[in-house]
Amino acid sequence: MSALATFDAHCVTKEDNVAIVIRDVAAGETVAVHQGSENLKITAATAVPAGHKIALHSFKQGDRVLKYGEVIGVASNDIPAGTHVHDHNLEGLRGRGDKL
Amino acid sequence: MVCANDAAARIAAQLNGAVYVTHQHGCGQLPADAAQTRRTLAGFGSNPNVAACIVVGLGCETVAAADVAGDISKTGVPVVSIVIQEEGGTLNAINKGVKIGRGMLADISMLKREPCPLSALILGLECGGSDAWSGLSANPVVGNASDRLIREGGTSILSETQEIIGAEHILAKRAISREVGDRLVEMAKRAEMGALNGGVDIRLANPAPGNKAGGISTLEEKSLGCISKAGIEAPLQEVLEYAEVPTKRGLVFMDTPGHDIESITGMVAGGAQVIFFTTGRGTCVGCPVAPVIKICSNSPTFEKMIDNMDVDAGGIITGEKTIAQVGEMLFREMLEVCGGKSTKSEDLGYGSFAVNRIGPTQ
Repeated sequence: MSALATFDAHCVTKEDNVAIVIRDVAAGETVAVHQGSENLKITAATAVPAGHKIALHSFKQGDRVLKYGEVIGVASNDIPAGTHVHDHNLEGLRGRGDKL
Repeated sequence: MVCANDAAARIAAQLNGAVYVTHQHGCGQLPADAAQTRRTLAGFGSNPNVAACIVVGLGCETVAAADVAGDISKTGVPVVSIVIQEEGGTLNAINKGVKIGRGMLADISMLKREPCPLSALILGLECGGSDAWSGLSANPVVGNASDRLIREGGTSILSETQEIIGAEHILAKRAISREVGDRLVEMAKRAEMGALNGGVDIRLANPAPGNKAGGISTLEEKSLGCISKAGIEAPLQEVLEYAEVPTKRGLVFMDTPGHDIESITGMVAGGAQVIFFTTGRGTCVGCPVAPVIKICSNSPTFEKMIDNMDVDAGGIITGEKTIAQVGEMLFREMLEVCGGKSTKSEDLGYGSFAVNRIGPTQ
């Protein structure tokens, strides 16, 4: 569905540190990211399925992950830039009865 | 109540155009739970879309058919209760129900459609089978259409308390008063306590497996996408318990679970005459007494599940369309549906019903 789009991924707000890819991306590909009025390019470090998040920069374990300009959780391990960000390396902070 | 389900279904089967709802409740319930079931059944029967109603009960249950019918009659909807034990068994109850129902249908056949102001409309907002696009396309589109309705004096109910966890502070800032905002935050906390008290990770239940496959990683992420159904401008007027009728116009919030059918049932019992239901993975849910308009977050799912989907918001992802453009399209679709156009779930005869329980079965 990206035939008409001029970008491969976009950020909801300019504060976000992850972008959502609009097509399946393979490791090593250059990804054009649309962020507000800016366009930037990053190299995918891993495959990222369409609709999933890609790290715009590297994260240390515990760093906050921002989407919609808000905290959606923290990195559960170190995440290199360009990596697929999902439940294997990102954990929510709310409703965590297992963490009490 | 549950013991009268079969009789109710058989009465409806002989009444052309009638719909029936069955459920598992009405007996073996603690007081607050029984009260919520009664409020839900009575609210559902009182919905402005309902022309007339027959309430069928067994006779010895906690939530009595006569009480539910009494609540419904106060709103002006023609209603009769039938109690199987009093009628002397199932066959007599069915016989009476069919006779009364035929009289109701004759009266209903004389009703004429009349123009109504948009200020009389209550819209229920729901999302289910969400993916990462939902928060970027379908939900903001619904928010845009909701803002349009509220500008015309109408009302929108945002629902699903678990799915404001992590985003409640944003909505609370839009509350008309400190009290309303605090109540919303308290409700989110109440929903979160379920996981905290149980010592479990909320993500085991929410986001659901399909949400995760669609790119949603955490509950906060899902919630931040979810609240965009409430638009960007309308102040939050009121916070309601499950199945309560709004006393204010504009944006209101109702405490419902993330379970889509229970959530829709609660909003319709609160008076919602039409439901906007966004999805990314695809969903087929309908409601027995209110049209459910499906808004799909992405074009591939829209095309794949065309017999279930009403509006495609996928053009926003590719940059072909704006949120305002699709929002206006959805608003017009809503007006047509309110004027009689059928939705995909109606065409398929879908009509699910589920009452939210707040206590264990006794």
